[in-house]
Amino acid sequence: MTLLDRHGFRPDPFRRLPAAEIAGHPAVIVPLADVQAGLLVRALGQRIGIDIANTLPAEDATAFANQVDLIAIAFPGFADGRGFTLARRLRRAGFRGILRAVGPLIPDQFAYAMACGFDEVELPDAVATRQGEAAWLADLAIYSTSYQRDYARGQNILEARREARTGGAT
Amino acid sequence: MYRYDEFDAAFVRDRVAQFSAQVQRRLAGALTEDEFKPLRLQNGVYLQLHAYMLRIAIPYGTLSARQLRQLALIGERFDRSYGHFTTRQNLQFNWIQLKDVPEILALLADVEMHAIQTSGNCIRNVTADQFAGVAADEIEDPRPVAELIRQWSTAHPEFSFLPRKFKIAVTGAAEDRAAVSVHDIGLRIVRHPETGETGYAVLVGGGLGRTPMVGKWVRDFLPKPHLLAYLEALMRVYNAEGRRDNKYKARVKILVHEIGIEAFRDRVEAEFAQLDPLRIQADAAEVGRIERYFAPPAYAELQDNPPALRRARAANPEFDRWVAQNGFPHKVPGYQAVTLSLKGIGEAPGDITSAGMRLVAELADRHSFGEIRVTHAQNLVLPNVRQDELFDLWHALAAGGLATANAGLITDIIACPGLDYCALATARSIPIAQALATRFAAPDRQQEIGPLAIKISGCINACGHHHVGHIGILGLEKRGEESYQITLGGDAGNASAIGEILGPGLGADEVPDAIERLLAVYLDHRQPGELFVDSVRRLGIQPFKAAFNAELRHDAA
Repeated sequence: MTLLDRHGFRPDPFRRLPAAEIAGHPAVIVPLADVQAGLLVRALGQRIGIDIANTLPAEDATAFANQVDLIAIAFPGFADGRGFTLARRLRRAGFRGILRAVGPLIPDQFAYAMACGFDEVELPDAVATRQGEAAWLADLAIYSTSYQRDYARGQNILEARREARTGGAT
Repeated sequence: MYRYDEFDAAFVRDRVAQFSAQVQRRLAGALTEDEFKPLRLQNGVYLQLHAYMLRIAIPYGTLSARQLRQLALIGERFDRSYGHFTTRQNLQFNWIQLKDVPEILALLADVEMHAIQTSGNCIRNVTADQFAGVAADEIEDPRPVAELIRQWSTAHPEFSFLPRKFKIAVTGAAEDRAAVSVHDIGLRIVRHPETGETGYAVLVGGGLGRTPMVGKWVRDFLPKPHLLAYLEALMRVYNAEGRRDNKYKARVKILVHEIGIEAFRDRVEAEFAQLDPLRIQADAAEVGRIERYFAPPAYAELQDNPPALRRARAANPEFDRWVAQNGFPHKVPGYQAVTLSLKGIGEAPGDITSAGMRLVAELADRHSFGEIRVTHAQNLVLPNVRQDELFDLWHALAAGGLATANAGLITDIIACPGLDYCALATARSIPIAQALATRFAAPDRQQEIGPLAIKISGCINACGHHHVGHIGILGLEKRGEESYQITLGGDAGNASAIGEILGPGLGADEVPDAIERLLAVYLDHRQPGELFVDSVRRLGIQPFKAAFNAELRHDAA
């Protein structure tokens, strides 16, 4: 798998392991079923993430959200947009850790994913190689503006209009 | 009408550049066909039977003369010098080359147009009453809110990969001419019974296709500043919970049907309760900015029914018939909205040539403040015509073959492109429409029959809205033959209803006679002044069913 954030491809500091095997690893992602066990044996400074399905109700994730460092939401296919809504709900519930989208997304969804609260995308290697890093970064650049307020994305057109009306005064 | 500011213009230019790059990445193999497909669809590009089709958005059916001229030019340069207006107020070009699409999108951007979200599993082009802003029965002009929704729904980060397509329609009038009850969301501008303030009544879960349903009320009164937050909440519930296991069960109507409207409403309200409407809604200054674009034009002070009009009508029966049939009451004295029928006898419904587009653009400049509307019934409207100029207008239209006096009559047939163009179709639609129009062409016969909506779809996806036709015709394929199923009693307006199937499917050549038999029942049994659809409601389907099937049984015997 290939990890990507807004600066491009980068090494993944997290390893996927069951809770019983996390000792000695600085950053791990455990299955959802292992989250309690993982938190119990967590070492000082050890970072723990969890894998969740995009069908998990946001309320069920908020129970442990403030104790984990990363939540990885699965995208079974790029056309399944449920992960965008789940990310949005987790951010609204106050999750401040790393949000990761995992699956065969396409570069043309990168700006959308970031706007919904994701920090990074974990792609199958073959997909990452075929699509190329440049296409992902280009998508962020070409969505420099947006109409929706309250999403984390570029310049908001409504705010820009307001500034233009008031001559830039805030 | 709305004009792009620097931000809108830059946004649309960025999308053109983005799509050009996507096409290049597809050609280079960086994107697979599966990955490219939703990107092409969200830019309006379909692969049809014989060629690519480009569907261009005409937001809430409002066009300027300048825009229509550009569409005429695109038709000439890149298609076969004609275009096709659709039941969602859009325009389709049916003979496009994929390589030309970026150039066409750039030409559209030059006149503040685009093809964004005219297809794909996203929030589609917002539609509205074609008489918005001029109808005498209007509480409020729906175009400002339709424009607000257009902007809010454009490239929405959370709602661009929905379970299925999502259609929103808005009306501000007492009579629903936008078919809001058969949209995923229907908005009606209403007055609060106590405070008198205007807001929205919200319908959800209407739709046609293989499971036709009439929308259900999810909110009786939504205050205006809550609109975008409420839409966000509703879309979020749908995006999270709409079915993705079966594309035929993925529309929001199925979710509403399966969990029930009460449970759906509870979920939307619970989501809405967690949102801060004022952080999501455009502020008052922005709403005001949009509203000012829709301020009425500089109307002259005139009287209704001026002597010049009366004289011309008295002297010219054909003109008189056209005014009576295609005219629509305007809220300003001395003006009239008029429907330009794209249903000339024997023509393909909704088609217009580039020359026709130029003529309409010129006449809009001369007689209608440069503005044109597109109707969901696949006609055009000039919304602001002085009554004392109607005769000149009619002359010019007649010379261009655009003065057919059949708005709302039996030959004003809605038809999808059908098997002549569409890759999904199971039967042809256009030849059925042509045969029926030819059969009932005589003007006196049409007048005698009165208002009647025949709607034809060439497959179960129901782009021709057959479920809500007073008479609906659905083209299917049965053992390699085209077979047409007839429904009766549908209605797209205030008394919205899904038509009932009358009997077994018919061969194409049997359809006109079958319609004759239904009309005979109506003409025999109607009460004075009673419309076809009202007779069907009063009499029930049985007498029609009996007449419809009598002949078939006779044939079989």
